[in-house]
Amino acid sequence: MIEFSLWDIVRNLLLAARWTVALSAAAFVLGGLVGGAVLFARVSRSRALRAGTVAYIELFQGTPLLMQLFLAFFGLSLAGIETSPWAAASLALTLWTSAFLAEIWRGCVEAVPRGQWEASASLAMDFMQQMRHVVLPQAMRIAIAPTVGFSVQVVKGTALASIIGFVEVSKASTVITNATFRPFTVYAVTALIYFALCWPLSAWSRRLERKLGAAHHH
Amino acid sequence: MPLITIEGLRKRFGPNEVLKGVDIAVEAGEVIAIIGRSGSGKSTLLRCVNGLETCEEGRITVGGSHVGGEGTDLRGLRLKVGMIFQQFNLFPHLTAGRNVMLAPMIVKGVAEGEARATAEKMLARVGLAEKFDAHPDKLSGGQQQRVAIARALAMQPQALLCDEITSALDPELVNEVLAVVKSLAADGMTLLMVTHEMRFAREVCDRVIFMHQGRVHEVGPPEEVFAKPRTPELRQFLGALEP
Amino acid sequence: MAYHLDFSGVTEYGAVLAKGVGLTVTLIAAGGGLGIAVGIFGAWARGYSRVTWLARAVGAYVELVRNTPFLVQLFFIFFGLPSAGVKLTELEAALIAVTVNLGAYATEIIRAGVEAVPRGQREAGASLAMTPFQVFRHVVLRPALQKIWPALTSQLVIVMFGSAVCSQIAVEELTYAANFIQSRNFRAFEMYFVATAIYFVLALLLRQGMRAIGAWLVFGARR
Repeated sequence: MIEFSLWDIVRNLLLAARWTVALSAAAFVLGGLVGGAVLFARVSRSRALRAGTVAYIELFQGTPLLMQLFLAFFGLSLAGIETSPWAAASLALTLWTSAFLAEIWRGCVEAVPRGQWEASASLAMDFMQQMRHVVLPQAMRIAIAPTVGFSVQVVKGTALASIIGFVEVSKASTVITNATFRPFTVYAVTALIYFALCWPLSAWSRRLERKLGAAHHH
Repeated sequence: MPLITIEGLRKRFGPNEVLKGVDIAVEAGEVIAIIGRSGSGKSTLLRCVNGLETCEEGRITVGGSHVGGEGTDLRGLRLKVGMIFQQFNLFPHLTAGRNVMLAPMIVKGVAEGEARATAEKMLARVGLAEKFDAHPDKLSGGQQQRVAIARALAMQPQALLCDEITSALDPELVNEVLAVVKSLAADGMTLLMVTHEMRFAREVCDRVIFMHQGRVHEVGPPEEVFAKPRTPELRQFLGALEP
Repeated sequence: MAYHLDFSGVTEYGAVLAKGVGLTVTLIAAGGGLGIAVGIFGAWARGYSRVTWLARAVGAYVELVRNTPFLVQLFFIFFGLPSAGVKLTELEAALIAVTVNLGAYATEIIRAGVEAVPRGQREAGASLAMTPFQVFRHVVLRPALQKIWPALTSQLVIVMFGSAVCSQIAVEELTYAANFIQSRNFRAFEMYFVATAIYFVLALLLRQGMRAIGAWLVFGARR
């Protein structure tokens, strides 16, 4: 029987972790872009668009991410599109992220005090001017901490992509466990790798929350 | 020709009718104090004048711009009448100077250099020239309110609406704000002020309007209204204010 | 390309689905209850007691659980612990994993509620010669839970969604049922669609249930 050293295990897990990072980054960035669009749709003047957006958000927040991954994977092939686990996982995670970020950001816009809307309205600004010069700058400040906090959820979410066959660190951990018969070590190291990725983000988010907090900063 | 006319104004919040038919005419240069109990509709009245509240019935005209009746020109209205709030509502992410510069630049398209010059002048007008680069959270309440006044003045309004602008201030800071308002009145600015500062109203105002349960209950020059109240409601209101 | 969706698997394998739902509900009911209990203890340890080492230990537990995926926690408990001598059945492992996971989040949620109870309340209790534990139990805990009950409910829903992953260690809950059926009738999309819809409904029912439990245990005047 081949003997595997601890370093063999760690090295292979770290190599696979690159894919965890790649998928997390892709989902977070794309999810952010889509989330911005969803946010605008959410507050638009068209009732149909608003209702559709609410349904979208309810759907992705009200069902398990694993189910969304399965549906993306099998749904895409049903539609005749060539699917790889990477494509399906990216799609599902992006849409999931977009729904959550849109809601987080909406909360931040609503956290800007009413008085700011009234003062800028009294100065004869129209809606777009109010958003651009007065409300959004304040909302974005409030939004940084929870957005960074959500990135932790995205990283953890990528673990589920292993179930539809995407090879990131969780998938690698099962493969390596089967090869080495050392599940305790393998899963412990895997947990530590995730911890190393997530904890700095969590801590940063907490620090940002303390510093930037609510609408009145400093 | 009055600068501001309010005709038959009615406003309800749900089942509650807060303004029950208000008619007021304000001439240019007049300083008017609006007094009354809480719930009498004073702030609501003010907020209808610049369109922060919509009214079910009635018409408001400020220098030719209408709200209600035929044609609502909210933007035109707000260019002519500015508002100062009880809670100041300065933009916290901008310095005092930038607070004052913002609206002229983006609403009236004023160039940055010119906006800056005007802002400096307005801040000097309210006695805060040296605070141009200060952030609102570094200013006292009285200073913030004065910046708010400068911000409204920078838009060169024909009239100013003041909604209990000293009520949120510590007592020792009230006078610096009232001093600015007094100088604005002396310069001929038309002012509509909801206030509890009776002594100030007596000194500075041309007319006092006493509101009661959504209607104009008594109107007149301060000497009459304060010294010779005609209705029991006003007498009771003034009596309750005795220290 | 023409395809038509075939949902017949639902009726054909209805029993399998029902069993799956039953197990999901069991997992979240038992795991939820235990997890909240752990959370109350953790909140006391970290946000109330003066025992520093305990507070730190709970803190480490919370950070570890919240910064690692549930999947890895589950695998560690089911596959990893046996090498340390702890052998568990699939269901035991799943239950422990759910409890451990929820416990960490519940600790933080309830702790926030505990810290929001005004200091004066505790001082009043102490002045009445109550022991710290009595003060916690009778004066602090209920207001704390009242305050954070909605947040706790949301976390339970999240954990229920996370329990889908227990299918990976062959716990025969809802996702496992969907996996099983689609491997038989090759209608993967349809079966997962149905499972998703069921999860959606389960979440609504869970929220209702928590509201009811809240009304009974947490809110309302004490007799």
